[in-house]
Amino acid sequence: MNGKLLICLSLLLPTPVLAQGFAGLGTEAEGFAPVTAPAEFVFPRDHGAHPGHRIEWWYLTAALEGADGRDYGVQWTLFRQASRPPSDATGWDSGQVWMGHAGLTTPEQHFYAERFARGDVGQAGVIAAPFEAWIDDWAMTGAATAGDALADITVTAQGDEFSYALRATTDLAPVPQGDGGFSVKSESEQASYYYSQPFYSVSGVLTVEGVEVPVTGTGWLDREWSSQPLAEDQAGWDWFSLHLEDGARVMAFSLRDTDGGAFVSGTWITAAGEATPLSGEDILLTPRHVSDVAGRRVPTAWRVEIPSRGLSVDTEPVNAQSWMGTIFPYWEGPIRLSGSHAGRGYLEMTGY
Amino acid sequence: MRVLAVLGALVSHWRRQPVELVTLLVGLMVATALWSGVQALNAEAKTSYARAASVLAGDRLSSVTAPGGARIDLADFAALRRAGWDVSPILEGDIRMGTGGLRVIGIEPLTLPAEAETYQVGAGADRLQAFLEPAGLGLVSEATRLRLEGAEGLPPLATSADLPPDTMIVDIGLAERLLDAPDVISRLVIAQVPGPLPDGLAGRLEVRGPQTSGDLERLTDSFHLNLTAFGFLSFVVGLFIVYAAIGLAFEQRKPMLRTLRAIGVSARLLTAVMLAELAALALIAGLAGVTVGYAIAASLLPDVAASLRGLYGARVPGTLSLAPSWWAAGLGMSLVGALAAGGASLWRAWRLPLLATAQPQAWLGAQRRALRWQGAASILLALGALAAFVAGGGLAAGFALMGSVLIAAALALPGVLAAILAFGERRARGPLTVWAWADGRQQLSGLSLALMALLIALSVNVGVGTMVDSFRRTFIGWLDQRLASEVYLTGRDAAEAEALVAWLDARPDVTARLPIWSAQTRLGGWPAEVYGFQDHPTYRDNWPMLAVLPDGWDRVAAGEAALVSEQLARRADLAPGDALDIPTPEGVWRVTVAGIYSDYGNPAGQAMVGIDALTDRWPDVERLRFALRTDPANAQSLIGDLRAEFALEADQVIDQSAIKDFSRRIFERTFTVTIALNALTLTVAGIALFTSLLTLSNARIAQLAPLWAMGVPRRRLAFIEMGRTLMLAAFTALLALPLGLLVAWVLTAVINVEAFGWRLPIFVFPVQWAILVGLALLTAFTAALWPVIRLGRATPVTLLRSFGNER
Repeated sequence: MNGKLLICLSLLLPTPVLAQGFAGLGTEAEGFAPVTAPAEFVFPRDHGAHPGHRIEWWYLTAALEGADGRDYGVQWTLFRQASRPPSDATGWDSGQVWMGHAGLTTPEQHFYAERFARGDVGQAGVIAAPFEAWIDDWAMTGAATAGDALADITVTAQGDEFSYALRATTDLAPVPQGDGGFSVKSESEQASYYYSQPFYSVSGVLTVEGVEVPVTGTGWLDREWSSQPLAEDQAGWDWFSLHLEDGARVMAFSLRDTDGGAFVSGTWITAAGEATPLSGEDILLTPRHVSDVAGRRVPTAWRVEIPSRGLSVDTEPVNAQSWMGTIFPYWEGPIRLSGSHAGRGYLEMTGY
Repeated sequence: MRVLAVLGALVSHWRRQPVELVTLLVGLMVATALWSGVQALNAEAKTSYARAASVLAGDRLSSVTAPGGARIDLADFAALRRAGWDVSPILEGDIRMGTGGLRVIGIEPLTLPAEAETYQVGAGADRLQAFLEPAGLGLVSEATRLRLEGAEGLPPLATSADLPPDTMIVDIGLAERLLDAPDVISRLVIAQVPGPLPDGLAGRLEVRGPQTSGDLERLTDSFHLNLTAFGFLSFVVGLFIVYAAIGLAFEQRKPMLRTLRAIGVSARLLTAVMLAELAALALIAGLAGVTVGYAIAASLLPDVAASLRGLYGARVPGTLSLAPSWWAAGLGMSLVGALAAGGASLWRAWRLPLLATAQPQAWLGAQRRALRWQGAASILLALGALAAFVAGGGLAAGFALMGSVLIAAALALPGVLAAILAFGERRARGPLTVWAWADGRQQLSGLSLALMALLIALSVNVGVGTMVDSFRRTFIGWLDQRLASEVYLTGRDAAEAEALVAWLDARPDVTARLPIWSAQTRLGGWPAEVYGFQDHPTYRDNWPMLAVLPDGWDRVAAGEAALVSEQLARRADLAPGDALDIPTPEGVWRVTVAGIYSDYGNPAGQAMVGIDALTDRWPDVERLRFALRTDPANAQSLIGDLRAEFALEADQVIDQSAIKDFSRRIFERTFTVTIALNALTLTVAGIALFTSLLTLSNARIAQLAPLWAMGVPRRRLAFIEMGRTLMLAAFTALLALPLGLLVAWVLTAVINVEAFGWRLPIFVFPVQWAILVGLALLTAFTAALWPVIRLGRATPVTLLRSFGNER
C-alpha cells in the first residue's frame, strides 16, 4: 500500500489519526445515528450493515492447530466507515468506505493484507440474508439453511504470500455483549452495539507461501457498530477473547486513557451460551512481558484474572511479532492459555 | 605561450575580414537555428503525447475495455474485483466548456494502482479531502486553469503540473455527474493482469496491454517526420555556407599558415589551434543558433499546435518548455556541423606543404577527377533511389527515395553545367567570349557546392509548392462534395436533440434531416470511426467516391455493406467487394466493402454504414448531430429561427460555409510551417551562393589580372562575371524545375500515401515556376552584386599584386 493512500484514508476521517483516539474513533459524530439502550437486536437484519452509524465491523478470529499440533491464527475483518453523515447519495458518492483486513499467523511468521473500496457499487458490501460480506475476492458467506444466518459460514481471503479457506459452524445463537448488546466504552457513556458468535468450530486449509496446511480449531465472530465508540481521551485498547477448554468463553477489554487510566469491561459466557457482563472490578489485566514489535514496545504476554469465576491464566502469544502493518497498525494474534484454565484465544492491541 | 601567439596570428585574420567572420557565424547560426527550431517543435509535441499517454500511467498499465469503444457497466467492475482482478475504474469524456472542449477524466483513488498516481492529488492533505468530497476538486494544468477561470458548472480547480492541456482529473463520482453517465465506466486499468478474463466477461470485455506509444504518437509520426526532414534539409544547406566560409578563410590564410610553419610551428600545433578556433566559433554561433531556433519554434508553435489539434485532436500547449538537453543537442549539432564543414580545411592545414609550386592547369585535372567521381556517385545514388522505390515500403523508404533523388541530382549538377559550358565554349566566337565560357568552367569548382544548395532549395520549393497547391485545389473541391448539406446542427443532449427533431419535422422548408451519428472502434488495429448515414441523394450525388460497386449504395442502405475511407482501405488493404470485420458492442459484424471514398486530412480510419445498422449495433450511440437540407437562400433564416427557438450556442448550429472556412483554416495552418521552412531554406541557399562568390572573388583576381593587363576594362570584366553568375543560376533553376516535379511526385504519390494514407492528384502551376526562376536569378544577382562591385573597384595595385604573389 502506498503512502498517498495512507493520507487518503486518514482524510476520510474528519480529524487526524491518533490525536483523538485510535483511528479517529473518538471524534464527534453529529449527524450519525446515536447508540442508545436497549439494543434490541433483530436477526438476520442486524447481521447486515447499519449505514446510519459511522463505523461498523465484521470481525472473525480463529485460533487453529495443524495436524502436527502447530499453532496457527487467522483473522478476517471487514470495516465499514461512513465518511459523511447519511444522505440519499448513492453509487460512488454514498460516502461509505470499506476496508478489509486479513491476517495469518504461524509460530514463525505473520502475514497480513488489506483492501479498500468505497461507495455502493458492488466492490464491497454486506447482505444480511442469505448472509454475505465481501470486499473484492474476499468473502464471508453464510450457508446456513436453518437457524441463525451466521451459524454456518465460509471465509476466504488472500494476500501476496498466503490465503485461506475456512468453514465455521455452530449450533448456538449469537451472544449479546454488555447490557443485552449495549456495550459501554467509557465512564462518559460512549457505547456501541455489540454481539458475538464465540462458539464456532473451524476447519479448513491455510496456504502459506504455496504450502497447504489443513487446520482445525475454534473461531469467534464480533459484530459491532457505533457512531462514536471511544471517548476523546481514549488512545487504544487491549482486547481478549478466550476459548476455555471446558467450553466457556470470556471476552475482556481495557480501553486505555491518554493519562494512564483505563476503562475495563468484559463478558463471561457459559458453554451453553449464557452471558453475564463483567465490570472493571471483576477483571484484572496485567502485562507480564513487553516485546519490541515493529519499533514499538508492545505487551505481548499478560495475566488475565477474574477472581469471581476462579480464572487466573497467563497468556503467551503464538508469535510475539503478530503485527498488522496496515494503514492503522495494531497487534493481533492467537494466544495460548495456562494457569487455572487451559485453552486458546485471540489478543488485539491497538494504539501502541 | 606559443599556442597563444599562434592563436593571435590566426585570429588577426578575422579582424581584417569582419564580413567573412560574420558570414561564417551566420551560416553556422542559421544551420543550427533551423535544425534546433524544428527539433524544439517536435520535442514539444512529443512531450505532450508522452504526457497524454502517461496520464494515469497508460504507458505502464494494462486496460480492460469493451469492444467497439462502448462503455462498461459498473456491475462488470464489481464482478472483476470479486474475481480477484485489481482493476480501477476510469470514466472519461469530453464536455463543452467556454472556448473549446474539456476532457474530463474521473478516477477512483482508493483502487487506483500506485503507478497511476501521477496526478498529485496527494500534494496536500486538504486537497485530497476536497477531491473526494461531493463538491469535488478538478485537477488541471496551469494554462487550463486560467482558461477555465470563472466557468460555470465546474468544481473548484487546483493545478497539477503533469497534466496535458484541456484535461481535468476529478473523482469518478463527480465525473458521472459532469458527463451525465451514471453507473458506467469508460475503461478499467490494472497493473498486473492475473490471467484470462473470467467466464461471462470474456465475451463482453477485452484486455489491452500497456500502450507505450499512444495512438496519437503513431498518428502524428509522419507529421513530425516531415518536419524533421525539412529541418535536416535546412541544416545541410546551412552547412554549405559554413563550408564556403571556412574554405575562403583557409585560402586567404594559406600564406600565413606557410609562414607559421616556416618559423617552426609544428603541423600538429597549428591544426590543434585551428581546431580550437573552429570549436570556439561553433560554440558562439551555436549559442546564437539555438536562441534563434527557440524564437523560430516559439513563433511557429501556435500554428503547429493548431494543426495538430485540428488534424489529430492532439492537445499540445502553445508555449515552449524545453529541457536542457535540447540546448546541448543544438550546440552539439553546431559543433558537428562546423567540424564536418571545416574538416577538409583542417586536413589541408595538417598536410600543408611548406613550399607549393604553381600549378596553372592543375585545377582542370582535379576538376575532371572530381566530376567523374561525382558523376559516379550520382549514378549510384540514382540507382539507390530506384531500388528504394521498387523495394520500397514505409515512410522511411519514401524519404530515402527523396533524399537520394535530391543528392543524386545535386551531384550530377556540376557535370551537367560543365557540359553546358563546354558546349558554349565550342560555339563561341571571339577570344574574350571563349575565355568567358572557359573561365566559367574554372569557376565551377568553387561555385558548385553553392549551386547544389541552390538546386536543392529550388527543387524542394517547386516540389512542396506543387504539393501544397495541388492539395489546396483538391481539398477545396472535396470540401464542396463532402459538405453538401446547408446546415449542421448539434443538440446539447438527447432531450434537446429530440426536441430539435420534432421542431424540424414541422418545418416545410427543411427538405431533409440527415443524422450524423458515429461510434468509435478499432478497424485493423487502428482507431476508427463508424458513421451511420441515412440513404439520401445528398450522399449518392455528392459523396467523393474513388471506387464503388454498381449496387454499392443500395447494399449499404440495406445494412449489409459499408463504405470505407481511402486511408482505411490502404491500411487494411481493402478493395470493393472485400469483407470487413467491425467490432461492435454486440459482437463482431462482418460487412462487405461497397466502396471507397476520399477522406483527406483524417488520421483515423472511417467507415460509413446505414443509420439503422449503426443504431442496432451501438444502441447507446449519441444521437445529437444532424445535417439539414434546405434552400441555400433559406439557410440563414433557418439558423436564426433555430437559435431563437432553442437558445443554441454558436457552435451548435453552423452553416456550410462556416465549416468550410474552419476546415480551410486548419489546412492552411498545417502548411504554414512547411511554407515557412521552405522560404528559410531558399534564403539559406542565397547566403551560401553569396559566400561562395565572395570566396571566389578574391581567388579570381589572379585569373582576371592578366585580362586587365591586356586591356579589358574592369567594368567589362565585372559585367562578364555578373552575366556568368546569372547564367549559372538560370541553368540551375531550369534544371530545378523537372527535379522539383519529381520531388512533388515523390511527395504526393509516395510520402503522402505512406504518411497520411491518401493520394493526391498533381496539378502544375507554371506561373509559380516562373516566379521561382525569377527568384533564383534575383538571389544570384543579390549574392553576386557585392563581390562584383568589389571586383569592379579593385585597384590596379591589387590586380598588379597578383603577379607578384604567383601561386
